[in-house]
Amino acid sequence: MSKLSQRHLLGIKNLTRQDLELIFETADNFKDVINRPIKKVPSLRDVTIANVFFENSTRTRLSFELAEKRLSADVVNFSTSTSSVKKGETLLDTVNNILAMKVDMVVMRHASVGAPHFLAKHIKANIINAGDGTHEHPTQALLDSFSIREKLGAVEGKKIAIIGDILHSRVALSNIFALKKLGAEVMACGPPTLLPKYIASLGVIVEWDVKKALAWCDVANVLRIQLERQQIKYFPSLREYSLYYGINKKILDDLKKEIVLMHPGPINRGVELTSDAADSHHSIILDQVENGVAIRMAVLYLLAGANSPK
Amino acid sequence: MQKKLVLDSNQLDITLDRLCQQLIEAHSHFSDSVILGMQPRGIFLAELIHAKLEKLVKKKIPLGYLDTTFHRDDFRRREIPAKASETRIDFVIEGKNVILIDDVLFTGRTVRAALDAMIAFGRPSKVELLVLVDRKYTRDLPIAADYVGRYVDTLESQRVLVELEAQGYRQNKIWLVNKDK
Repeated sequence: MSKLSQRHLLGIKNLTRQDLELIFETADNFKDVINRPIKKVPSLRDVTIANVFFENSTRTRLSFELAEKRLSADVVNFSTSTSSVKKGETLLDTVNNILAMKVDMVVMRHASVGAPHFLAKHIKANIINAGDGTHEHPTQALLDSFSIREKLGAVEGKKIAIIGDILHSRVALSNIFALKKLGAEVMACGPPTLLPKYIASLGVIVEWDVKKALAWCDVANVLRIQLERQQIKYFPSLREYSLYYGINKKILDDLKKEIVLMHPGPINRGVELTSDAADSHHSIILDQVENGVAIRMAVLYLLAGANSPK
Repeated sequence: MQKKLVLDSNQLDITLDRLCQQLIEAHSHFSDSVILGMQPRGIFLAELIHAKLEKLVKKKIPLGYLDTTFHRDDFRRREIPAKASETRIDFVIEGKNVILIDDVLFTGRTVRAALDAMIAFGRPSKVELLVLVDRKYTRDLPIAADYVGRYVDTLESQRVLVELEAQGYRQNKIWLVNKDK
């Protein structure tokens, strides 16, 4: 019996290695559950969860909703495009109104960095960060590490290269925290304009040449170019980016070694990954999606369980 | 901590032999019977009984592990969430006679959760419960065991401690322990 050191899942930064391992062990059991004929367990039947998404999402939101439903929680969904946020309601007012309807947990995605941390200071419910701006996306990092652990047996000692738009990626930051805590070697690779200035201070290796990065690593986690967050031009054109940083089947074949290819989605096919690479036997992209549900079930279970209603 | 011996290694062996004979009497050829050990502690007992039975009836009997953690009714009512163990049932239980095995029967809540967890794998034609130790007059639910190794009179403040070699103990022993106040 053990529990997480935190009441909320705001980021990987404030979790311990024991927390990560507890989440993985719990997720192992949930992965078994979701592969049964009856994919549901009654653990969270007296818990109500609000999915509050101030930013677009397909995978994360579906994955959270499925995880909640497989745990028998009651689920309410909220997205800004159809809500009163458009009429000028503040974040705290919106969430307090949702909580007034007796909600126990809030899963939130927001475009502003620190939005879930702000909420955690002001409300009682457990908060799970489903992505805050360019800061953290903890459940994605958890499922990425979980997928590496499943594919390679362990994360410790493995070499992982994160390739692409590191500057705008919350997935990259959460992944770096998680992988370092689990004892992996991490490399950040991308054009110099898309690498944050002080990234090396997180203890990662910096590399500008994608071929060198691929030759070095056991696992390549390829990220999308986040055009929607780029206010200025960081590279001349998408075509040029894909020419220098795009990964195709030929590059992978030339490596003459086994490599694991990951992508948090959505893929821009033909930009960071060509179709023949994304669909090759190296890719575990769809396993990541499956593991996402198990990881989110584990996080919800562990957070809800530590919060007794008495 | 006061300890009282309930069963020693020899007595346990005799009891297990008797339980196996009772099972054979009820299931004769085990053609449609399967064994499910309840995680985390019932699986060691299930393995012991399974090995003895296979030797006696000279055929393979399916053995699985059932974890009840996600089906417990005390979730969010305890300080720390219960840690799950592996469920391993690589055979069909639909239409089978299931023998559930656990070490100690106390409130009956784990058995209730087990029945719930088991249904996720299909609808057995019959379910029976075998326990090594039945604590008398302590049930919270209307649940009774079909096969019992030993009935024990206990106080709420006592605990039954099952030590099996398979769990890493030096000798098979069952104790009654007074909990420290």
